[in-house]
Amino acid sequence: MKVLVAVKRVIDYNVKVRVKPDNTGVDLANVKMAMNPFCEIAVEEAVRLKEKGVASEIVVVSIGPKAAQEQIRTALALGADRGILIETDEEVQSLEAAKLLKAVVEKEEPKLVILGKQAIDSDNNQTGQMLAALTGMGQGTFASEVVVDGDNVQVTREVDGGLVTVALNLPAVVTTDLRLNEPRYASLPNIMKAKKKPLDTLSPADLGVDIAPRLTTLKVEAPAPRQAGVKVADVAELVDKLKNEAKVI
Amino acid sequence: MSILVIAEHDNSSLKQATLNVVAAAKAIGGDIDVLVAGENCGAVAESAAKAEGVNKVLVADNAVYGHFLAENLAELVAEVGKNYSHILAAAGTTGKDFMPRVAAMLDVAQVSDIIRVESEDTFVRPIYAGNAIATVKSSDSIKVITVRPTAFDPVAAEGGSAAVEALDIVKDAGLSSFVGEQKAESDRPDLASASVVISGGRGMQNGENFKMLERVADLLGAAVGASRAAVDAGFVPNDMQVGQTGKIVAPQLYIAVGISGAIQHLAGMSDSKVIVAINKDEEAPIFQVADYGLVADLFEAVPQFEEELKKVL
Ligand SMILES: Cc1cc2nc3c(=O)[nH]c(=O)nc-3n(C[C@H](O)[C@H](O)[C@H](O)COP(=O)(O)OP(=O)(O)OC[C@H]3O[C@@H](n4cnc5c(N)ncnc54)[C@H](O)[C@@H]3O)c2cc1C
Repeated sequence: MKVLVAVKRVIDYNVKVRVKPDNTGVDLANVKMAMNPFCEIAVEEAVRLKEKGVASEIVVVSIGPKAAQEQIRTALALGADRGILIETDEEVQSLEAAKLLKAVVEKEEPKLVILGKQAIDSDNNQTGQMLAALTGMGQGTFASEVVVDGDNVQVTREVDGGLVTVALNLPAVVTTDLRLNEPRYASLPNIMKAKKKPLDTLSPADLGVDIAPRLTTLKVEAPAPRQAGVKVADVAELVDKLKNEAKVI
Repeated sequence: MSILVIAEHDNSSLKQATLNVVAAAKAIGGDIDVLVAGENCGAVAESAAKAEGVNKVLVADNAVYGHFLAENLAELVAEVGKNYSHILAAAGTTGKDFMPRVAAMLDVAQVSDIIRVESEDTFVRPIYAGNAIATVKSSDSIKVITVRPTAFDPVAAEGGSAAVEALDIVKDAGLSSFVGEQKAESDRPDLASASVVISGGRGMQNGENFKMLERVADLLGAAVGASRAAVDAGFVPNDMQVGQTGKIVAPQLYIAVGISGAIQHLAGMSDSKVIVAINKDEEAPIFQVADYGLVADLFEAVPQFEEELKKVL
């Protein structure tokens, strides 16, 4: 079966984010960018399905600027077969991303679509669910285990109260949580091979999707800093402060 | 304006998060209806009807909603919600699952995890793991919003007397089914709403050592949480994870034990009123947000803490 994986180019998770002085957004100039960690887990899951003989082809798609080719190449080096970049320098919000992905799903007809549960920039946690709605598929969100079984996929989901397992008809959408797997590193030979794998570029217009955003960001601010605290000498002082100063016990 | 709040519950009791979401709805202003979708959830509807500020409670009681499958819930909420100006739910794992599906069905954007209401169409939400706070304005006719419960003080659970109306809308999308679940059973308070939380990190070394934290938790009436590293290492289950991608907590007192203070962890607890850190590394970033920092080996400090607490409580 064919698996479609969506990956997003985001600020590297180790980078300390800084808000721009004019409050229009965060400063992304000369900042290290990387594949969203949840998307890495999505790629890894697809590759494992291929290694098990469940997946026959892995198509990786990204929406973003030309530089998002780097993240597609990374996915190709990890084991995806071919890439599609929907190239745009505009801001693409979750609903519009889902519409673009829907157009790709209609063309590619994958049996399974795997996405990260959230991107660590917008922290929206929406695109997979929206794509599932628009394509009329079932959704297994926040997955910690994915088992494909014939026409059906069982997804164990990380939820507030523990774990829940659901069965979905295929085709279906899965979004990854952190414990689904531990992504591998790409080997040098695979990075070289990835350069020769096919990568198509499309525009939102090619797919007939209007990407005009519905939400306008009026301003972006740094969070209020916490007051610096004190170091206590020992446990007795700690308990005393909690009881008599902070009055929280 | 008319606002539909989707209740969070487990078919037997209403979750406190619903009261926080009603508070967010009040901040928007307008009539507030609550939709309770579940199976044999009459008691939940009765509690919702008593909540302060609720106009009407709509109940969709059917087996198809019993396990909160997003595919079925979204069809119901989209149909009921299309007559409202706002649809709100808590940004827990249930709301995060079905609400974007609702938004897509209504062809509107979703505003995720709001922490403040500026006006009926403008909301404040954290992005980049809380390292930036965005104010966003929605141009959609229906606003689909998930609410961070800890950012809004709950409305009173008692005192209201809303009418309860049964809905005869059964939506079975036929796409998914429930297979099973593993629920964490605990007598301690719910992590997301506890007034004291004590969390352990990789420094705890194993799951057995979390018993030290549990003993302190029992003295303080606290919930026990964990860092991702502690969950990944298998010390404790996933539902204890606090952080950007785990639970968001904002208790009166948060005690971080053997946790370094990565930004992804801070994203889940830095709105706590008082933060205590116990860590043997005085350079650990957790001390930058801690009101009270104790540089010590946790295996000595935590048992001492338990003894000192027994003296004063
Ligand atoms: C996409 C993404 C999402 C993430 N989401 C989350 C999230 O939601 N929540 C989360 O917590 N993390 C999250 N993380 C992981 C995060 O980056 C850190 O790796 C994690 O929080 C570290 O956990 P820790 O502090 O327990 O472990 P460490 O960083 O290893 O820290 C252990 C600490 O224990 C101290 N220690 C060790 N032994 C002792 C002792 N005997 N006495 C006292 N102190 C001791 C050490 O000094 C150290 O500071 C995420 C990461 C990514 C990439």
